[in-house]
Amino acid sequence: MPKPLCNAVPLPKFRLSHSIKVRTSYSDSQCRVSGSRAEMTDKSKTQTEIATPATPASPGSARRASPKEKSWKENTLKPTLEKSPERRAEFTTISGHPIRRLYTEADLPDWSPEKDLGLPGEPPYTRGIHSTMHRGRLWTMRQFAGFGAAEDTNARFRYLLAQGQTGLSTAFDLPTLMGYDSDHALSEGEVGKCGVAISSLADMEVLFDKIPLANVTTSMTINSPAAIIWAMYLAVAEKQGADWKKLSGTLQNDILKEYIAQKEYIYPPEPSMRLVIDTFEFGVKNTPKFNPISISGYHIREAGSTAIQELAFTLRDGLEYVEWGMRRGMDVDAFVPQLSFFFNAHNDFFEEVAKYRAARRIWHKAMVERYKSKNPRSWALRFHTQTAGCSLTAQQPYNNVVRTAIQALAAVLGGTQSLHTNSLDEAWALPTEFAATLALRTQQIIAHETGVANTVDPLGGSYFVETLTNEVERGAWDYIHKIDAMGGMVTAIEHSYPQREIAEASYRYQMEVDRKDKIVVGVNDFVTKESPLEILQIDETVAHRQAERLRKLRADRSQAEVDRRLNTLRTAARGKENLMPFIYDTVKAYATLGEICEAMRDVFGTYEEVAIT
Amino acid sequence: MPTKKTRVLIAKPGLDGHDRGAKIIARALRDAGMEVIYTGLRQTPEMIASAAIQEDVDVIGLSILSGAHNTICPQLMALLKAKGMDDVVVLVGGIIPEADIPAMKKSGIAEIFLPGTSTQDIIEFINKRLAVGT
Repeated sequence: MPKPLCNAVPLPKFRLSHSIKVRTSYSDSQCRVSGSRAEMTDKSKTQTEIATPATPASPGSARRASPKEKSWKENTLKPTLEKSPERRAEFTTISGHPIRRLYTEADLPDWSPEKDLGLPGEPPYTRGIHSTMHRGRLWTMRQFAGFGAAEDTNARFRYLLAQGQTGLSTAFDLPTLMGYDSDHALSEGEVGKCGVAISSLADMEVLFDKIPLANVTTSMTINSPAAIIWAMYLAVAEKQGADWKKLSGTLQNDILKEYIAQKEYIYPPEPSMRLVIDTFEFGVKNTPKFNPISISGYHIREAGSTAIQELAFTLRDGLEYVEWGMRRGMDVDAFVPQLSFFFNAHNDFFEEVAKYRAARRIWHKAMVERYKSKNPRSWALRFHTQTAGCSLTAQQPYNNVVRTAIQALAAVLGGTQSLHTNSLDEAWALPTEFAATLALRTQQIIAHETGVANTVDPLGGSYFVETLTNEVERGAWDYIHKIDAMGGMVTAIEHSYPQREIAEASYRYQMEVDRKDKIVVGVNDFVTKESPLEILQIDETVAHRQAERLRKLRADRSQAEVDRRLNTLRTAARGKENLMPFIYDTVKAYATLGEICEAMRDVFGTYEEVAIT
Repeated sequence: MPTKKTRVLIAKPGLDGHDRGAKIIARALRDAGMEVIYTGLRQTPEMIASAAIQEDVDVIGLSILSGAHNTICPQLMALLKAKGMDDVVVLVGGIIPEADIPAMKKSGIAEIFLPGTSTQDIIEFINKRLAVGT
């Protein structure tokens, strides 16, 4: 298979394709990836070419079958194969990872149950981070929701809590994610479509109206403007009389995976990383139970990566945040316990289970060996899981309920701490209430009817699962070492390395589907004629409501105070201070999200990627 | 077979950054022998129309997943018409509710490709459409 090379300098160009740069009013202050990256790129400057890691070193060479297995092969297997050959010459996971016919103890020659498996709640955490796992407490059922204006999503939140959901998760619309108010010209057509529109503290107050933030854990999927949205959340909590020290929840705030996969970035990497570390510092002091980040593989996988790439890039992102935090002067064990992770649950059941198990092992090893962490709370990788949106099909949408259930099962057996299950209609639109309820019921059935949560790590000790866990771990370490050699993840991103690896994997998979090497039920096989599904549609009245609300907000607030606080923020942004208190001040004066982002754009500039295809 | 290579502009309008589909299509069309220009992210209809003129393309492929198609597509179609580019074949790929498709086609969009379409189907559509046109 073709493997791209990563050239350190200059930025690589791809054959026959080029990006056209057309100047726009909103990107003329663009700051390309240059200038301020010396700190992170020194190592890479001496490096010109690095080979791409192959699939993990196959343990096949060391494989020594037992006499019994050899005799089975001769006397039982061989006659069977002569009579009826297998369905395919080669079996692979959805990521293209080779899978053997049978796994036995011969596949685990150096494997030690003591060292590599251990016991739950103890290093290396292969079996889970808690000694009782889901017997003690079930995972948090946290359905991602958000659409329309704040009052629409508030109603959905309260409905989901009434249905037995145990945590909230907020989806924001694209203007909010990109730091534009609902009435900005570039927001046209996008307001309230992919999530809820939040332009100011006033909207946030409506979003969490009658939801006691002291008692509900809330996750917020926001990245570039994360510090601002978090400041709004904290202001609402304060207004409700909730103690910040007891507030629990998660901010996604993972800017690295935005450059790699989801592409909702505003500022260049350096100031973006500064904002992330500012939230870490602020969180350590003020909100010890809140996760200031959810280091996310989900979007990397959705962009088309393999399972190993998802794992490797996510954990290497995690190490990057740890290093930037330590460079800021924080003790590793002061902030790492608050970092959380977020993985995808795709279709290939065992590969996913192996991925979660390997993730815990890698994180533990990195914390202890690289950063000399002394606090077990830093060693235990906690994660949220979402079933794979990209696996849902627009065709025969009810099949998605089945896909989602099996993906969710992998997450549960892989030891997840919280879970979102997708709705059957999400290849078409945001979910209807009916579809969202069914998705939540899927989790409740797994939790209360199937019995899979009655014992800890029921797949542990399986020859196959343990071998696959080893292979996935090895594959991820190969990538991690390679990115280390480039000088870290920020440098790797600037050289489009993870972006290119993902694009390759994504194209390879699409070709497999187009050739029917990989079957997608209802899409390239088992196709039937069908009628359209009833879906949720958001109309433009949301945008009008938002525009009117913003007009009123700007009329009612003290403009002089807003301007003063925005100027103070600009000045602070030019220096080195932690920006969270300044952002909090602007939010409290009802400065809008767009105004605050714009103030920081004035200082930081914006980022534009080199488009690769 | 036409002697001139088919020129295609793949564009990603709106604020959305999910570019997996756009990149796959760009590469598949290139592998099928077409000359492909990918605009990168966050292009306004104005930017797409002027890129189409500058690059003298035969086909524009828009990737839209965010639900903003009813705003973006009419703007682009009006601009192309105003600039005398109505002979360019405009294709849309992405998440488009079936109820919106008739109006989009009426506005001059040649075809809408929904999730699950194979790259081969798109290549064949373009080749057939341009063969008829010449």
